[in-house]
Amino acid sequence: MAKLNKIQTATLPDPVLDRRQAVPALIENPSDFLMVAGLAGTAWELSALTHESHSLFGLGGAMGAAPMMGLGLALAQPKRRVLVATGDGELLMNVGALATIALQNPPNLTIICVDNGHYGETGNQDSHTGLGVRLDVIAAGCGFPVVHVINSEADMAEGRRLVREGGGLTFILLRVLEGPATHDGKKNLVPHIERDRFRAALLG
Amino acid sequence: MADKDSWPEALYDLLRANGVTQFCYVPDAGHKVLIDRSLADPDVHSIPLTTEEEGVAMVAGADLGGDRAVLLMQSSGVGNCINMLSLTAGCRFPLLTIVSMRGEFGEGNPWQFPMGQAVEPVFKAMGVIVLRAEQPSDVIPCVTAAITMAYQSGQQVAVLLTQRLIGAKKF
Repeated sequence: MAKLNKIQTATLPDPVLDRRQAVPALIENPSDFLMVAGLAGTAWELSALTHESHSLFGLGGAMGAAPMMGLGLALAQPKRRVLVATGDGELLMNVGALATIALQNPPNLTIICVDNGHYGETGNQDSHTGLGVRLDVIAAGCGFPVVHVINSEADMAEGRRLVREGGGLTFILLRVLEGPATHDGKKNLVPHIERDRFRAALLG
Repeated sequence: MADKDSWPEALYDLLRANGVTQFCYVPDAGHKVLIDRSLADPDVHSIPLTTEEEGVAMVAGADLGGDRAVLLMQSSGVGNCINMLSLTAGCRFPLLTIVSMRGEFGEGNPWQFPMGQAVEPVFKAMGVIVLRAEQPSDVIPCVTAAITMAYQSGQQVAVLLTQRLIGAKKF
């Protein structure tokens, strides 16, 4: 039987952070941001973290959409800080979006990739990042001016500073252990209600 | 009204007059004037995409922030958008896309036919309304109608710049 072997050039240490603590610790006060969260884990945990804040658009499908939605939002709202939270699986599906976003270079946009190295929703198969693909290197190669990897608690303070103060278009790779995201037990995100309440809160 | 050759210029002016400020595109000869005008316009964002589905998500994000975006693509790119059209359909995001057609009237490249012929059924299957511009005098009325349907009525609308309008590519 063929096996998927870990890429031998991979140099990142094994992840140690638990996403259930790391994601809230990085974002701190969600009401400071306009946020788009990609499907599955990141949408659930930001939804729970923000108590379904009206400044969060959570995706329950359309895998791959979150980074480009963040770009459209960041260009439309240049005075607000925009955060995209996406998973490694979602970002890998549409990784060209990093190139498109870097060309636009909006200084108010931060992409946070919560990277657990697995497809947690579909049977916990290894993802490409779990086998050594480096999304931080891809983001830097695309031209993101600020790239920060959070491997451990020691990297968190700089991540928090970048999320708040920026310094330009930012990519943060938040490397976490596999395991469940915080989930407040609610069922599906209703697509058109997600849009309507976000726009009503932002645009009146 | 636009004359036979000036409709691309009039089309750009129409989009700008209706508040479109984000021009998302995968380059195509059929959209050359729109792309070049957007690149030269300091008041708009001109966004080259690596694949068309990025543009569907971008149009949705622009709407969340109160901007109007348009997605410019070739017919072959419609197939790349299919699952992402779940986003605009389910969330009722307005979508205006202008598609330059291949694989139909007078096409000389056999590779273009499968997707070109599938554009309308694919769009319709995903809830996108299709309008066809067959001649120069159709373009402005079709896009004017599509602008109202999308931005005022919240629909997802594609205007096809047909091969009869733009001419079959010469090889």
